Amino acid sequence: MANKHTVSFKLNGNDVDVVVEPRELLIHTLRERLATTGPHIGCETSHCGACTVDLDGMSVKSCTVLTVQCQDADVLTIEGLEQDGELHALQEGFMQEHGLQCGYCTPGMITRAYRLLQENPNPSEEDIRYWMAGNLCRCTGYQNIVKAVQFAAEKLSSAQEVS
Amino acid sequence: MIPRQFEYHAPQSVPEAIALLQKYGDAAKLLAGGHSLLPMMKIRFAEPEHLVDLGKVAELRGISEKGKELRIGAMTTENDLIWSTLVQEKCPLLVEAARLIADPQVRYKGTLGGDISHGDPGNDHPAIMLALGASFVLQGSDGERVVAADDFFHGLYDTALEPDEVLTEIRIPVMAKGTGWCYAKLKRKIGDFATAAAAVMLRMKGDTVEDVSIALTNAGATALKASAAEDSLRGKKFDDAAIAEAAQAAMSICDPAADQRGSVEYKIAMTGEMVHRALRTAHERAK
Repeated sequence: MANKHTVSFKLNGNDVDVVVEPRELLIHTLRERLATTGPHIGCETSHCGACTVDLDGMSVKSCTVLTVQCQDADVLTIEGLEQDGELHALQEGFMQEHGLQCGYCTPGMITRAYRLLQENPNPSEEDIRYWMAGNLCRCTGYQNIVKAVQFAAEKLSSAQEVS
Repeated sequence: MIPRQFEYHAPQSVPEAIALLQKYGDAAKLLAGGHSLLPMMKIRFAEPEHLVDLGKVAELRGISEKGKELRIGAMTTENDLIWSTLVQEKCPLLVEAARLIADPQVRYKGTLGGDISHGDPGNDHPAIMLALGASFVLQGSDGERVVAADDFFHGLYDTALEPDEVLTEIRIPVMAKGTGWCYAKLKRKIGDFATAAAAVMLRMKGDTVEDVSIALTNAGATALKASAAEDSLRGKKFDDAAIAEAAQAAMSICDPAADQRGSVEYKIAMTGEMVHRALRTAHERAK
């Protein structure tokens, strides 16, 4: 089919090229072409946040971004957070504070919290609730999700003081 | 949830975008942040054959002050507005409204120009623009024109934009010192459109209202300027009776559609309540 575009972008630090129709959504490219199944499809209507990825320093819902919009972009998913076999502080926080029950929303939650902590390393509980409001947890375990983000914020800021 | 097939175009400049609009006419649609258009395309309520993405047009993004105006590029995002110290200082009403729009992820993508030119009365910026007395720069194949917000919103998804025009810049008068402001918005949950909302700008002279502007979100086919409510307040002592009279005048122009957010009567009553709250908060902030 003539109407296809080659799109090149960075995914978790690696260069990738895909050939897609303009109508293909980023979440489908990630999951079905690039075997990156961390971002989940919850509602597919930009409400739930399960498909959240980091795109050029922004948290976005990848069900509401076309892959063709991602030429030259830098995309980070939950798969890119762990470094050299070590969990990211947020992943550890969600484990330690039991920040998940069924786990379906977790990759989106963690990816969103990653950007939140980049912008605000010491968020208050109110900040966390306001700036995480685009991610829904249907197990409604929000209390522990807040604690998990606080755990990560503390761990990251104390690591910074040491170094 | 996959849109119908279309051709994708990513112009690098405004003239390139206008040329594409001219070439494809009604078959083309501009893509800004995409958080209204893409959902509509996914449910196939919108089926453009050509999508012209403004995402790569760098000149459309940015905030500056020129004379007594803020000039904001149409592709400036809600998140850009929220973090702009210039907007916070010169036009805090705009920041307050942006913080109440959708959710963080949507605000990284959603743009001021997209919100305005979509022509949806449920969007928040149309009423904010009416309250602020903003104007819009529209560029087309015949050049540029500036249209006041008052003359821009014609009906549901219907604006002054011609098919070959691009909204490029939003011009907002800097708020006069001492002006009180408030955007009061009732919504069922984060991410929902307003059940009812009111934007207010208020200038006081002692106990008397020197000037006021009031605009309403989601109370009719377009955002509404509540002129009679404003007239009823100007020159009057700011007290409970004056507030109630203004709210009543605002409610009398409401013509909302019943939907899952409530009945017509409920929405009108809530619009009155939002006018009450916005006036009181604006009064507390006025100096």
